[in-house]
Order: sequence, then structure tokens, then C-alpha cells
Amino acid sequence: MPSFLKEFFNRNGTLMGSLMLGLVLFWTVGLIILPQLSMLDFSFRPNLPPPEIGGPKDVYTLENYKYLIFGPEGGSQDYNAVDLRVFFRTLVAAVCVTIFNLILCYPIAYYLGQNKGNHIRVFALMLIIPYWINEILRAFALRIIFGESGVINTLLVGSGVFDTPFDFIRNDIALYAGLGYAYILLMIFPIYNVIESLDHNQIEAARDLGAPWWRIHKRVVIPYAKPGISSGCTMVFMLSAGALAAPQILGGPSSLWFTQLIYQQFNDNSDWPQGAAYAIVLLVTCILLVLALMRVFKVNMGDIGK
Amino acid sequence: MSAGVGVDLENLWIRFGDFVAVRDANVHIKGGDFFSFLGPSGCGKTTILRAVSGFLEPSEGNVLIGGNNMKGIGPNKRPTALIFQNLALFPLMKVWENITFSMEIAGASARDRRKRADELLDMIALPGQGDKLPSELSGGQRQRVAIARALCAEPDVLLLDEPLSALDLKLRQHMRTELREIQKRVGITFIYITHDQGEALTMSDDIAVMRAGVIDQIADGKTIYNDPATAFAASFVGENNVFRGKVLEVRGDQALIRTNRSGDLLSRISTANQGKMNVGDDAMMFIRPEALSLAPTGTQGDHFVTAKVNHEEFEGNSFNIFMEGDGGKELKVAIPNHGQSFDDHSGQDMTLEYDVNNAVAVPAGELAAE
Repeated sequence: MPSFLKEFFNRNGTLMGSLMLGLVLFWTVGLIILPQLSMLDFSFRPNLPPPEIGGPKDVYTLENYKYLIFGPEGGSQDYNAVDLRVFFRTLVAAVCVTIFNLILCYPIAYYLGQNKGNHIRVFALMLIIPYWINEILRAFALRIIFGESGVINTLLVGSGVFDTPFDFIRNDIALYAGLGYAYILLMIFPIYNVIESLDHNQIEAARDLGAPWWRIHKRVVIPYAKPGISSGCTMVFMLSAGALAAPQILGGPSSLWFTQLIYQQFNDNSDWPQGAAYAIVLLVTCILLVLALMRVFKVNMGDIGK
Repeated sequence: MSAGVGVDLENLWIRFGDFVAVRDANVHIKGGDFFSFLGPSGCGKTTILRAVSGFLEPSEGNVLIGGNNMKGIGPNKRPTALIFQNLALFPLMKVWENITFSMEIAGASARDRRKRADELLDMIALPGQGDKLPSELSGGQRQRVAIARALCAEPDVLLLDEPLSALDLKLRQHMRTELREIQKRVGITFIYITHDQGEALTMSDDIAVMRAGVIDQIADGKTIYNDPATAFAASFVGENNVFRGKVLEVRGDQALIRTNRSGDLLSRISTANQGKMNVGDDAMMFIRPEALSLAPTGTQGDHFVTAKVNHEEFEGNSFNIFMEGDGGKELKVAIPNHGQSFDDHSGQDMTLEYDVNNAVAVPAGELAAE
């Protein structure tokens, strides 16, 4: 037995130790790794009617992945332009939502983290309580607010900024707002956690040494908050790219989210292997993108867990 | 480095809601001086420092640096640099980046910064340590880096907020000497905040003794120790024995005081209170443990005190005798050790003698908490 395991059992006792270890293993292996492996397996198989499963035609194939890139065999186009465009647009939009969220949430998290008092608790509560409302309801509420006769258009037209109502839905503004809003907390809290532990004297020291406020942030606060920022960005990006409800409800009629394609494959086309392949591509691309960005910004994997 | 910029506080009031943190402070700090604010925690000394550095706007009154009113000028624009109690070094920057942070803000090139950092590292006796992180240094080394970082900004006034309090005793005593030397070398004004009278006495040109937002006395260390202006100053700075009573008679600069327990005793009136103490006033009289000596038991007179010995101890350089004192507090006598024999006197009465010039009378007032 490796020494860290021995120490773990010594500290927690055999019964509690086995119980905890068992639960963790069940969680990671039973609930995460095995289902994902079965999805991976699906993605390499052809879509066969039930009687033929396990038959001679049930062999591993790259057909489903090929489909995403080249489209149906003998199709009119060289590439599957529609699906690929949705794929890249989803990634770019998820990155935009993440950046937008970061810009919005960093000042809030900084304010919450560096101020003490009862009003801070009230602010935090005001951020949390809207999340008691379920996601679908929130998305529909936003749809109403951004709608043609919604509050925002009424105000804009009433005050004379626009002559006719602006179509926030068709222009995807409602979608970005909905996605951004859905994950605000996941951005704020990791950053808040780190900034709360930043000694306020360091900010004052930088100020005392002549630094204007933006240089204090650039040189002192942001480097310190980097683990929180990367952890928040990772979560927001992953969840935005994988969101389904918000794009379904708030997306314009002509703009699909890649998850909607996956959903269609599973549900409308009953083509699980194809859906699994799409989902795997999205997952792997997102992970690679995050790892690449972590490399660029010199973030360690351990920092994300902070 | 520009030398000799003085600091003046004029009728300075600082309030937090109803709480008065600083009450009508008037202080003139000469340029190039090492000036200390000495007082117990919560007396408002750090508040004064924050007002000088610009992190706090006074409620009333002015802070003048080099004769210029600092009203409305932020901490990043003042010719001051502050050394924080916890030093507040930037943990993610290397030592040389920490030291030259002010130059980086001013837009100096990396090469100039590196050069200046090396100069300052030599000065604080840490040559070649520039590429370490602050966490890789010891407490004393970090202390010196904080000093170098502040000096690198070439301030006219260096403000120090109990910077030695986190160090162990030996290092603290060593850093006192070092700080004083650095101050003499760079020649700028140092304003030092401390609750440690030893630090204040050993390093300062002048000391302001503070109590609950009020400055009790501003003078050099010797004057404060020998000629305190208030009961608080007398009891806070150094060990002191207090005798309470009423003024029975005033004879020029001396007062005869009818003490509660020790009879009528003669004392010098402290310089600040001469002419202000009248017959019948409540008074306190202070005599240092080292100013008392043994006399034949039972001697009567206006500079003799007789009391019962509670216990004794041997401290090496002195024999300490603790006697029944005035108002619950023990009377401490320190007899210098010249190798003489010393008997145990516990339970016996003993008579002490003092030179009237070494006893100081002040109006009755609040004493420093033990």
C-alpha cells in the first residue's frame, strides 16, 4: 500500500477510510468515467437498428466523426459547412461570454472581497437568491424582457433611442445576456474567494509607492487573483459551450448552438452514435482549448482547485 | 535624496462617527529627525500615521509636509513612504521587483531598476538576493527589503508603523540600531509608531507620548523619562512607583505631598506643571525603582518611605525588593548589585531614601494600564 493511503487509513480508521474511498471511487468511476467511456464507445459505432446490434455490421468506425467534417457521403458539399459553422460559432461565442462575464464580475468580486460589513452579506444574498428560480423560468423571463414589447424595448422606443423595437432575440443579444447571467456566480465566487484573502495592506502599499488604481490591479491584484480568475473562466466557458436551455429558449431562429445539434442527433434523429461523436468532439475541443489557454497564461492545474 | 523635510500637524482632529481617534494634535517634527509616536494600542498613533501618509483625511486641521498643506493629496502623490506593520511585501514579485516597484510605476527601464535594486540590496546587507521571492527570506531580511522598497521611492518622509513588532527580541534590538543607522545615512525624516518604549527611547530624537487620542507630551527621550508631564507619561515610559496624595505645601519648584499611606513626602514638580499645582490639589508623585536606596530602618523625614517587604528577587544586575505600596500596587526598589551581601527581608519593615530631585510630582491623572 502506498504511504499516502496508509496515512489516510491511519487518520480516518479502516471503516471510515474505506467508506470515503469507496464513495469517491463510485463518484469518479461509476458516475463520470464509465458513462463517458460508454459514450466514447457509442461514438465509434454505426447507428444500427436494435436487431443488428452485436451483429456483423456492428464494427468500430470513424464514420460519425467524418460526418461532422465532410457531411453525408455523396453530399453536394465538400465539407459539412452547416455543422462546422455552428461548432466554431459556439466556441467563439462561449469565449465571448466568458470574457464578458470576467469583465463584469471582476469588479464585483473585488468589491465584495475587499470590503467588510453587513451590506456585503446583503449583496451576496442578492446575487444568490435569483438562482433559486429555475433555469427555464429565468430564460423565459429574459425572453419576455428582451422581447419586442418587453421592458427594454418599451423604454428604448419610449425614450426615443430607437424608432422601432430592436430585435434582441434575432441578434443573439438575449442569448449572450442569458448565458452570461446564468454563470455569473461561477465567475464571481472563485475570484471573490481569492481576493478576500488578499492583504489590503498590499493594495495600500502599492498606492503609497505611487501606483494609480489600474496599475495596482494589473500588478498586484490580478496576479494574485489569477487562480480564481482561471477557475471561474474555465467553469463559465465549459458550461456556456455546453449549455442547452438558454440557447434553446433565447437563441434566434437562425442561430443554433452546437449542443442543440447534439440534442437533435440524440432525440430527433435517434442517432446516438452520431450524437455521442459530436458531444465527444465538443468535450475534447473545450478541454484542449482550456489547457492551451492555461499554458498561455501560465496557470497550473493546482491553481484551478484553489 | 532630499533631506530635512519637516512635518507639521496643526489642530488635527480625526473622528470615526462619534469616536474621537485623535484630539487636537499639534506636532512640529523637524526635518531629518527620527520622531516617534509612543502609546498603547488604540491610542490613535496609527491613525495619525495614516493621516500623514494620506490614507485618511483628517476631520479637522491640517497635515503639512515641508510646509505644504497636504489636504486633498492622495497617498500616491505625497512625498512619504510607509512601512507597514506586516510589511506588505508583494508575494508574487521577486525581491528586486519589490524594491523597485516605485520606479516601475514611474516608468524606469528594467536595467535601471535592476541597478538601483542592487545598490539598495548592498545597503541593506542582502547582496545578490534580488532574485528570491519574499517568502524565501527570513523575517529580518524581509524587514530590510521593506525598508529598501520604501527608500527606493526616495521619500522626504519615511513612515514606519510598528515594523519591528513581528520580529523576535534579539532581532528587534539589532534592527533598532540598524534603523537608526539607516536614518542617519539617508538623512530623511523618520516618523515611527510604536508601543515599545525601549524602541522609542533608543532610536528617537523626539517622542510624542499618546493616550486615548491625546498627545500628553512631546520631548526628547531623556526629558520624558526624567521629567514627565503627566501621570500617564510617567507610568507608561519605564517602570515607576506611584504615590497618591494631595498637595500640602508648594515651595518654589518643589511640593510637599501628603500621601495616602507614606506620610508627607517632598518632590520636585515636573517642569510642565510648575506654577500649576496648588495646595489641596490631588497629586501623584513618581519615583523610579533605581532612584530609591536603603536607609536605616525607621528614619523619619520628607524623603524617607517606610513599608513592609512582600518579597524579593535577584535579577543579576540588581536586587529587586517589592514592598507594600500605595493603593494596591507594589512599590519596587532596585538595588544595584556591586557584589554586596544581601539578606532576605521578607515580612520586615524597611526604610527607603530618595533624592528629592529624582521624585516627580504631577497632577493626579490616569495611569497606564499594566
